[in-house]
Amino acid sequence: MTQKITLRQPRKTRHKHLYLNRSLGGNLAIFFFLALAGVFMALPLVYSISSSLKPLDELWMYPPRFFVQNPTAKNFRDLFDLMGDNWVPFSRYLFNTVFVSAAGTLGHVVLSSLCAYALAKHDFPGRHFLFQMVVLSLMFSTVVTQVPNFLIMSRMGLVNSYSAYILPAFCSSLGLYLMKQFMETSIPNSLLEAARIDGAGEGRIFWRVVMPLVKPAWLTLIIFSFQGLWNTSATVLIQKEELKTLNNALSQIVSGGIARTGTAAAATVIMMAVPVVIFVVSQGSIVETVATSGMKD
Amino acid sequence: MDYPAGRLAASRREGLGRRIWKSRKSYLFVAPYMILFFIFTVLPVLIAVGLSFTSFNVLESPEWAGMSNYLRLFFQDSVFLTGVKNTLFLALILGPGGYLFSLACAWFINELSPKVRALVTLIFYAPSISGNVYLIWSVMFSGDDYGYVNSLLTKMGLIQKPIQFLQDPQYILLIVIVVSLWVSLGTGFLSLIAAFQGIDKSYYEAGAIDGIRNRWQELWFITLPLIRPQMLFSAVMSITSAFNVGAVVTALCGYPTTDYAAHTIMNHLTDYGLERFEMGYACAIAVVLFCMMVGANLLAKHMIGKVGE
Repeated sequence: MTQKITLRQPRKTRHKHLYLNRSLGGNLAIFFFLALAGVFMALPLVYSISSSLKPLDELWMYPPRFFVQNPTAKNFRDLFDLMGDNWVPFSRYLFNTVFVSAAGTLGHVVLSSLCAYALAKHDFPGRHFLFQMVVLSLMFSTVVTQVPNFLIMSRMGLVNSYSAYILPAFCSSLGLYLMKQFMETSIPNSLLEAARIDGAGEGRIFWRVVMPLVKPAWLTLIIFSFQGLWNTSATVLIQKEELKTLNNALSQIVSGGIARTGTAAAATVIMMAVPVVIFVVSQGSIVETVATSGMKD
Repeated sequence: MDYPAGRLAASRREGLGRRIWKSRKSYLFVAPYMILFFIFTVLPVLIAVGLSFTSFNVLESPEWAGMSNYLRLFFQDSVFLTGVKNTLFLALILGPGGYLFSLACAWFINELSPKVRALVTLIFYAPSISGNVYLIWSVMFSGDDYGYVNSLLTKMGLIQKPIQFLQDPQYILLIVIVVSLWVSLGTGFLSLIAAFQGIDKSYYEAGAIDGIRNRWQELWFITLPLIRPQMLFSAVMSITSAFNVGAVVTALCGYPTTDYAAHTIMNHLTDYGLERFEMGYACAIAVVLFCMMVGANLLAKHMIGKVGE
């Protein structure tokens, strides 16, 4: 008995600072708020998973039930059958999505890392101006530029090509912004100086010194870029069915009407599962990267 | 007299030129990204401003129209004014509201133990990354008996017949706000989570010695001033997405909404630009939207600069 108490003693003191200025009432209020908000956030996700597992009679049960009674995988099987029957095969949509996500992400990470390195660690005329332009572009959404973008794309002959997805993804400003802020805080200048004295060229420093050090940042860029491209639809720029992405095909099924409610729920679950799983795997690096995302006033 | 001055100017110019030449490697690093950035982000803004003074239908070349697009927008197009009203209303609620929501969530989540924190972060962040999963709300709010909310209200005896949530102008804006808040915890929220985690605990210990009494004082005097840079970033993310609700509106309620009840500038822009191909007019709409977004962001930056002072 006495031994137990002595074992607990140091733990208590170690965590003591966490409980400074903490009242029970406040803890309860926080717990209550988080529980309420958590239910609000999770409910629709749980609902879509639950609906995707419902057999037909439960989908049309009145009054509707929130949770599934007899879960079945039939909706998912129907979904794959349906996709198989399309005149553009399912595998084509999948290939498009994977190809576009992979190519767009790769280019984005390489180009923004190169640019971010120079902006963060080189002093050259115009660097502040260029970075301010990128910050400014965070302040408006791509909706503003969609009309001129369409004109530019059609003038360049990019409409109905993979480049219409990929090229704009290369220069997404959020990625460059995060990468530059991360490099600025996490790479000591003395290290770069040492490498220069040892006779390494800038390209070599970039690949051998900088890139290994900013691994969390490029993981984050990969994930954000992939999420964006995975959810892309580019409806205006891509009219050819065989160039459309999985997201497009699944959205068509989701909006396909009453007869496909079950398959629509299954499609929604698949679209949502991929980014969520990727986030779960990489949460640590992402949090480490966005910790440096601060803006100076 | 002008000889030395001229030489001075020349040497200055040469100085800049030499500095540019010396940093040619830096420009090589920057060039690939910046060229694409110019083509797909800077140039479109410039083109939008230019075209907004013309009348342009894609087939014929643009014709100078002066201010007529803007005059038509503000004095003749009542639907646009409805759009401005709705956009401002939604942005005023979703910008500050969504921002405070993510700040509160991040602050509270930080009080949890690390393992629970990771799980709760995932639950809160998941909606914003799961693509168009928000369409599930249209099933929940569906106007027939199978809509979950309707059936719940009927069962509780609060209503006699189902409410047409997605068609009734009385409810459309409310639902758009709920759904937009649901997807609003994105990158900005993560940035705040990371900021809270990154604060050195010794600040709080020092604060307690200096007479900080409760967690409100701790938040206002210690935490917020320390995470101000991340708050700025998060505010920019919130505001930009608050102006971006048009897609949610169309996905949930169709286009156009009943009586234009949730018509936003975004919807107006898409309508004229990509349906009616009145590009000059659409560009004028885009320029107005651009000014509103950037203006709101700069205002927010200015206000957050005062936190904790």
